[in-house]
Amino acid sequence: MRNTQATRMLFDLSRPGRRGTVFPACDVDAPALDALLPAEALADAPPPLPELAEPDVVRHFTNLSTLNMSVDTHFYPLGSCTMKYNPKRNERLASLPGWLHVHPYQPESTIQGLLQLLYELQGYLAEISGLPGVSLQPAAGAHGELAALMVAAAYFRDRGEHRSIVLTPDSAHGTNPASARMAGFDSVTIPSGRDGRVDLAALRGQLDQRIAVFMITNPNTLGLFDAQVAEIAELVHARGGLIYLDGANMNAILGITRPGDFGADLMHYNPHKTFSGPHGGGGPGAGPICVAAHLEPFLPTPVVTRRGAHYALDYDRPRSIGRVRAFFGNVGVLLRAYCYIRTCGPDGLRQVSENAVLNANYLLSRVKHFLPVPHGDRCMHEFVASAERLKHDKGLKQPAMDLGKRLLDYGFHAPTVYFPLTVHDALMIEPTESESKETLDAFAEALFHVSGESAELLHDAPHASTISRPDEVTAARQAQVKWTCE
Amino acid sequence: MSYILNTPEDQQAMLAAIGVASLDELFSSIPQQLRLRRPLDLPPALTELDLTGHMQTLADRNAHAGSHVCFLGGGSYDHFIPAAVDALAARGEFYTSYTPYQPEVSQGNLQAMFEYQTLICQLTGMDVSNASLYDGGSATVEAALLSMSVTRRMGKVVTVDSLHPEYQQVLATYLANLPTQLVTVPVPAGRLAPQRLAAAVDQQTACVLLQHPNFFGGLEDVRAVADIAHQAGALLVLVVDPLSLGVLQCPAALGADVVVAEGQCLGNPMQFGGPYLGIIACREQFIRRLPGRIAGQTVDRRGRRCWVLTLQTREQHIRREKATSNICTNQGLLALRATIYLSLLGPQGLREAATLCARKAHYACQRITAHPRWTRRFDGPTFKEFVIRDTAGQVAEQVAQAAAEGILAGVPLARWYPDLADCLLVAVTEKRTRDEIHRWADVLAGPVHQVVASHA
Repeated sequence: MRNTQATRMLFDLSRPGRRGTVFPACDVDAPALDALLPAEALADAPPPLPELAEPDVVRHFTNLSTLNMSVDTHFYPLGSCTMKYNPKRNERLASLPGWLHVHPYQPESTIQGLLQLLYELQGYLAEISGLPGVSLQPAAGAHGELAALMVAAAYFRDRGEHRSIVLTPDSAHGTNPASARMAGFDSVTIPSGRDGRVDLAALRGQLDQRIAVFMITNPNTLGLFDAQVAEIAELVHARGGLIYLDGANMNAILGITRPGDFGADLMHYNPHKTFSGPHGGGGPGAGPICVAAHLEPFLPTPVVTRRGAHYALDYDRPRSIGRVRAFFGNVGVLLRAYCYIRTCGPDGLRQVSENAVLNANYLLSRVKHFLPVPHGDRCMHEFVASAERLKHDKGLKQPAMDLGKRLLDYGFHAPTVYFPLTVHDALMIEPTESESKETLDAFAEALFHVSGESAELLHDAPHASTISRPDEVTAARQAQVKWTCE
Repeated sequence: MSYILNTPEDQQAMLAAIGVASLDELFSSIPQQLRLRRPLDLPPALTELDLTGHMQTLADRNAHAGSHVCFLGGGSYDHFIPAAVDALAARGEFYTSYTPYQPEVSQGNLQAMFEYQTLICQLTGMDVSNASLYDGGSATVEAALLSMSVTRRMGKVVTVDSLHPEYQQVLATYLANLPTQLVTVPVPAGRLAPQRLAAAVDQQTACVLLQHPNFFGGLEDVRAVADIAHQAGALLVLVVDPLSLGVLQCPAALGADVVVAEGQCLGNPMQFGGPYLGIIACREQFIRRLPGRIAGQTVDRRGRRCWVLTLQTREQHIRREKATSNICTNQGLLALRATIYLSLLGPQGLREAATLCARKAHYACQRITAHPRWTRRFDGPTFKEFVIRDTAGQVAEQVAQAAAEGILAGVPLARWYPDLADCLLVAVTEKRTRDEIHRWADVLAGPVHQVVASHA
């Protein structure tokens, strides 16, 4: 069934003289190019791109697409990153010409519908987070983290305070310390306690006047809600610091609890995970941020405001950090988030979180019988099981990876493995609310089955895919990152 | 709610299996005093039919390049997008897939990323490209950070005022928290005089950032700038319009060390500024300092050619605070669209599109400046954009009136350049016809005969 001819490299499919797109003849004066532009600026020949006809291109990319797993085709229990169903109506509605073909520098009077929608979305995100200041500009979750930390830096500068340290728990996403450094802070790691929550004693030991921000992921990457969060916020606030909430896991608490109500001063959303944005094989995302009122003046410029019946972009923000990207933001992604929020409504959003948590706990209740879940019988949106036992039982070096790879043969995407770093041979499993009990049962059965399979079968898995176990060491050592003519 | 599959019976069975009595019990780890004790204050749920009507109503309140004739540019352009780009990128196996962490079930995305990287290298003449960044503005910053890392010079970054003003703002935002001075060389003639730059570049300078064609559409003397940068041991970061490379010299031949571009023009819709495509490519020796994802070729355990995400030890999930950048996603879907677009155009198509842009822009510029009211603001060669000055000083009114007459006439420069408050930046793509250009010129040259509320 596989069409391996069509999936040869574009450059191997190329034949001189083939064309995919032909442009109309020039309908205005058509002088030679060197009459318009200086000869030394012109290339002798166009770039050496491949030459293909439209049918070549269509068959090539259609066949390539079939080599991917996707949410439309498969279950992705990819903890922390996970993907929920991407509604088709959002695609259609975000693709209306009145959104898709709007130029970013059109006069405001010509984009009132768009500005109204973005203004409303700012309000929805503020209400869901309990934090009133909103910027839709950041292009991804990590970009939102960075923008928010820059807001914090500007806030402290404005107050004449020199605070140089950002604290992150050891269970945090790698983006947290990386963002802290890019915002000019030193990053210091706080160990987690045995229960997977922040070690309060360790935190107290670090708290002093140098601390700018404590970054907390809550619910955290173990799928636990840290009930100490209000106490942590009090401790940090008492020393003049700010609390940043990594909102990766907002999908667990929609309408149940709000970051602004549990002490957070700044946060970002990951709309792909919380508000059903498609991930496009690795982006685009968006990373809107919400902040407390005293931080609002420092948000990126512009923000959408309403002046009577007129919506406007407010550029007059003298204390703003400026811009973190050109133009307004990832509007296409924000439109989908808007559609999702309007489709769910307040009750529906709460049901999203209730069912995400129900599905995760149900799966946990099935998995814990054959793979230990070190942090207990209850979780929020995800849980982390340990495959460490298989190291001893089967002599596997990387049992979590092997199980994940073998699950691919059963038609399931692998869980996130070896993260968080605090659990040995971690399998981080997040089902989302958009999966059925039957799918969860089938997944649990497949995981049970593969965890009993032979070391050989696991070590060489997957067996049903077109390729298996790429040599990543050679890839990194030789770094062949483009096609070359052989 | 149609996106939740659990029926009440399912829920009961699942709660029983878990061993709890209610959904609420699952949230017992959240202290009562932290709970929200009311429903979220959001509008009620809409059915698909209702939502469709609502979105259509809002969308209808926007002018767009389908309802109006668009002469706007400044980093976002109304270029033609072939149908095959939309059809292929709309396949669920592409747009609903996640980052290719499991290469065995992501070969489609990984091969497309590898093809994208190759096409970007072919386009720019550079040795290596990553798999994309957020947009042209943040890519420009990443190029500056890369330069600081490669040269080990944290002291200074030099740019020129003909770089996109919003890219300049992004640079200023990022560098505000680092011990790095941002020096901006003025460009009063709309084109950098290289000798002005020489005074700003010194032994502390990590890089010179130059846009070509620049924000005003003008061609810069890139080779002279490259020489000045290199003599001081600094890198040249060149910001380009990818479409211009259908006719212009490739950046590698001009002496660029790092090339950055906004890839929106390669088959991606304008959608009010995002999501866009940040392109970055550089010399081979900087590859381990490149930010973001990179697809690499290798073989699997049976020797079959395949692709993986490679050089991941640069990245935040391994290196944490020591990573080359905090970036986690690329712009996979937009890079895919650019890959399909470039495959469809090929060398001849790209050359045709670029040539049409250049000819039509020059024609439009001649047409408007034939009216005594409008003059070219800057001398020197331009590609697909140019700046015109309204000697009547009515830019805002004229733009508002043109919009009312169905023409998005140009981008007023007042917001960024007070000295150019009477000027308009105009872009002409291959889509603009002779008739549209004539209408545009007639409207711009006509009297402002109605008072239009201007909020621009």
